[in-house]
Amino acid sequence: MAQIFHPRTNTISRVSLFGALFFLTGLAWVCGELSRSSYVTREGSPMEQPVPFSHKHHVRDDGIDCRYCHTSVETSAFAGIPPTETCMNCHSMIWSNAPMLEPVRASFQTGQSIQWTRVNYVPQFVYFNHSIHIHKGIGCTTCHGPVGDMPLTWQNATLQMRWCLSCHEQPEQFVRPRDQVFNVDWKPPLNQLDQGRHLLKEYNIKSLTDCYTCHR
Amino acid sequence: MSSLKLPSPDLASVRARLATARGKQYWRSLEEAAASPEFQQFLHREFPNHASEWYDDLSRRQFLKLMAASFALAGLSACMKMPQEKIVPYVRQPEEIIPGKPLFFATAMTLGGYATGLLVESHEGRPTKIEGNPRHPSSLGATDIFAQASILTLYDPDRSQVVSNAGRISTWSAFLEGLNAALEAQTAKNGAGLRVLTETVSSPTLARQIAALLEKFPRAKWHQYEPLARDNIMEGARLAFGQPVETRYHFDKADVVVALDADFLFSGPGWVRYAHDFAGKRRVRTGQSAMNRLYVMEPVASTTGAMADHRLAVRAGEITAVAFIIAKELGAVEETDATLGDRHDRWIRAVVRDLQNHRGACLVVAGDHQPPIVHALAHAINHALGNINHTVVYTDPVAAHPVNEIESLRELVRDMNEGAVETLVIIDGNPAYDAPSDLAFSEAMSKVGFRVHLGLYEDETAQLCHWHIPEAHYLETWSDARAHDGTVTIQQPLIAPLYDGKSAQELVAAILGHPNQASHDIVREYWKTHALPTDDLWHAALYDGTVPNTALSPKAINLRSIQPHDTTLTTEVELLFRPDPTVWDGRFANNGWLQELPKPLTRVTWDNAATVSPHTAEKLGVADEEVIELRVNGRGVRAPLCILPGQADDTVVLALGYGRTHAGPVGNHAGVNAYAIRSSDAMWLAPAVEIHGTGERYSLARTQHHQSMEGRDLVRVGTLDEFRKNPAFAHNEIDQPSLYPGFKYDGYAWGMSIDLTACVGCSACVMACQSENNIPIVGKDQVARGREMHWIRIDRYFQGGLDDPEIYFEPVPCMHCENAPCELVCPVSATQHSDEGLNEMVYNRCIGTRYCSNNCPYKVRRFNFLQYSDLKTQSLKSMRNPNVTVRNRGVMEKCTYCVQRIQAVKITAETQDRKIRDGEIIPACAQACPTQAIVFGDINDPNSRVTNAKGQPHNYGLLVELNTRPRTTYLARIRNPNPELET
Repeated sequence: MAQIFHPRTNTISRVSLFGALFFLTGLAWVCGELSRSSYVTREGSPMEQPVPFSHKHHVRDDGIDCRYCHTSVETSAFAGIPPTETCMNCHSMIWSNAPMLEPVRASFQTGQSIQWTRVNYVPQFVYFNHSIHIHKGIGCTTCHGPVGDMPLTWQNATLQMRWCLSCHEQPEQFVRPRDQVFNVDWKPPLNQLDQGRHLLKEYNIKSLTDCYTCHR
Repeated sequence: MSSLKLPSPDLASVRARLATARGKQYWRSLEEAAASPEFQQFLHREFPNHASEWYDDLSRRQFLKLMAASFALAGLSACMKMPQEKIVPYVRQPEEIIPGKPLFFATAMTLGGYATGLLVESHEGRPTKIEGNPRHPSSLGATDIFAQASILTLYDPDRSQVVSNAGRISTWSAFLEGLNAALEAQTAKNGAGLRVLTETVSSPTLARQIAALLEKFPRAKWHQYEPLARDNIMEGARLAFGQPVETRYHFDKADVVVALDADFLFSGPGWVRYAHDFAGKRRVRTGQSAMNRLYVMEPVASTTGAMADHRLAVRAGEITAVAFIIAKELGAVEETDATLGDRHDRWIRAVVRDLQNHRGACLVVAGDHQPPIVHALAHAINHALGNINHTVVYTDPVAAHPVNEIESLRELVRDMNEGAVETLVIIDGNPAYDAPSDLAFSEAMSKVGFRVHLGLYEDETAQLCHWHIPEAHYLETWSDARAHDGTVTIQQPLIAPLYDGKSAQELVAAILGHPNQASHDIVREYWKTHALPTDDLWHAALYDGTVPNTALSPKAINLRSIQPHDTTLTTEVELLFRPDPTVWDGRFANNGWLQELPKPLTRVTWDNAATVSPHTAEKLGVADEEVIELRVNGRGVRAPLCILPGQADDTVVLALGYGRTHAGPVGNHAGVNAYAIRSSDAMWLAPAVEIHGTGERYSLARTQHHQSMEGRDLVRVGTLDEFRKNPAFAHNEIDQPSLYPGFKYDGYAWGMSIDLTACVGCSACVMACQSENNIPIVGKDQVARGREMHWIRIDRYFQGGLDDPEIYFEPVPCMHCENAPCELVCPVSATQHSDEGLNEMVYNRCIGTRYCSNNCPYKVRRFNFLQYSDLKTQSLKSMRNPNVTVRNRGVMEKCTYCVQRIQAVKITAETQDRKIRDGEIIPACAQACPTQAIVFGDINDPNSRVTNAKGQPHNYGLLVELNTRPRTTYLARIRNPNPELET
């Protein structure tokens, strides 16, 4: 009986089987890397804003504390974006005619809010609370990065659950004394782990990996 | 699609079965008591009769196509970017708003003219949850189902949104032109053709405005009408005292209460307060076991009857005779020829003796639907027992201008038929639907030249009016109202009117010639010249939710002697009209939450049914769910029958409030319209009724069978004597070891205790939970398949014989088992155990295998079989609690012990570096409960209320023999029967 298949088909079938296996693994790897990449997470890329607000200018150059604008960070889940009035506290007197600030002045005059693009946010089934993090000694720059040196604002961390867990499982690596929470230049000292463990006890930090801590 | 294709039980055999039962046997329905093999089969499946299978019209081919497409797309969602969001701050941020923290404002809701004080939670300017106002005398922190559900009415997308002129969209200014033209004509005649029809008004501001209107138009008339008018009570007071007085009860001082068809624990002005006071005298704890005693005589089982220590099913018409007999025994009337023969003789004598033994500390209450003579007799009996100014006080009426409302309506209809009415303004009523049918209100109204309607919906009355003005909901406007004891609350808005609605005050101001006067100014003006002259006092009144010193003080009364009345029964079978327990008089017909709330006794949803006793059903030869025709005076309705054990024989009860045609898409065509056979001379008891079965079947969506725990020892009841002799009578558990290592609870350990002696079955907890946790409604069809989504449900049990059972309620939330069967079987770990004892449910992990629900012995887990949550309607998005995830299709959900409240309090306490105080965390169900039956707290704290409750000897858990170690436990129901009557 004549062979139906040419001997070359042996090679083809082996190549295609292994190839399919490698292809699928490769596809899975690509999808995995993609889901972690800054393309998907928007890590590190500044967002288009109605006014090109520079944290570097206001924090590093002018020395304004985070809480002047983000007023509810110690009392509420949301840190708060400042109302136009806060901007106008200064900008009614300085740079009061700058074209760059026209949207701010227009907002104040017409009563229409400025529509900022949100930079740091998590999905709606995650209930993040700023006030408890501040109280337990997590500084602004720990999660938001070197905001004081950002000419335009970008998201500094992936904000994926595995990133949150990297601290929630080992908070002693990141916790700082309460009086340093708003210090934009704080760096973990050499004995961070020791100091961290001490602070965990002092600040009563526990039960961080229960689902209900963040998901309700 | 009917799920209940069970054969109708043979009542005789059921009776026989129950009579020979050894020991107590609890049953939830006739079918369960019959225990037919079909029923056992039915019960074994949690979702009855193939409910989890596909019955609908989608073909298999279409289904597979859809599934293939969604499967292909499913994998991609994880890789996709989150959509870009905008974040929009204020321009000028109000000082007191902190985004993320709710504010609470005091206001009140009125029903029938009586106000219940509320605190409303507001998130960023949107009201989201209603709570009771602890400083208000009618509430003391609790609410009823109507207050809880009223938030849905505020955001109801079916509310009327525009001024309409004969069906065409118009404007307020166009209306004012038309109104002024009509009023100009009236001014010349001193208002002879002007009529204003309102509901019962207790608002001092509105009353003052209408008085001003009547000064401006001296020949105009003001009519008040509500379908549940309290005329009988006023007439009864007139009979007894010669003047209309308001009766107020002090249940906290009464040791013996006799209710003559009075459902004081579920309806009537001040019932939330009365339930609280009554339960206060009923709670049993070690060291405090003095209990009050409740006797109830009623024609139809009610929640008050379920609480009774002794309940007698008596025909409504016979209660007059009973009242006379009791009055004669106590010397309150000279003589009477009322007699019931030997029936109930022993019962009544025991009641009389008990009353006599508690002079000055007892109470006889006559029901709202009893004729005036029964009320007069109740007053006389209370007087004879020395209860006046102890357990009952009399005050001036709460209504601003009390009238006999049915007479008022009759007069209006007469005037309309004579053509004397040229301009009719209807403020917030629906007489075209709910006026008694013999008055033919709609026909009479068509003779009026200019008709205006102010209402929340474009309802049946609005369809017949020239102008319809959308009304501002009570949460959108300024007003004032009086509570059951007269205390005034200034109602303040929580949100600007969503649809430019106008309040009653604004409409009357327009008639008075001030068309653009705002409600705020009207109310402020009035109170400046009354009790609140300064701004400080005004703000204090708004803050507290009450105006000080406005409670009505007791007044002296003179009792007249009561003449004998003819007490013979006028009809063989009585047809009673009662307000529907969840839809009331029909005003809440479009409120989906209330439509889906199972009625306390019948457990029917989305329908009203005519209820009869089993004996009467046999006599009439009709079966459960058979459609019967009720004819009164030539008018008839067809209603499905529901057999309700415990109802008096020869009595049919039909609830009002259904059968609406213009309620909105939710309420239209649900149920039957009982107003069609109600006549103005027999508002509560029809004079003669013909009943016959039609042989057709109408399936009712009832929840009584759902989530069965298969008849194990679930409700435990004992008498006070049993408790005293053997306090641990409810305990029969043995401590069982477990193979699982168990959790260590070092910090807080949350637990809950539900006191069955205090639970009246009012379902306020169910509504509160639905509001707090964004629970969707599913509709009648899905309820019939057992898919209702309530996280806490109320199970109703009967115990005893078929004809005269005792009735018990048991609320069942998630037990938060320490050895939870549901946690072990989830393939994706969507349900975990927290280190504080909560059984966590993580919606974003759930893939919908439903294995957890399968494993739960309490059947408290609810699955979103379909997309029940409405994610599209804009107004409903504002209503939702932002702290609770809105669940999508395919996700399991269940009671979380209000974890959002726990976490909020925990965060607050941690930021203040302190421990959580007992009572600081209150789940929604516990907060709404009028009797404080639900207690929540930390069981690791030896001094907390919940530890105290769980330490009581009569504490027990459900199904503990399965070794689930539930954190929700119950305090057994303790009854206080009269030894003379207990056989």
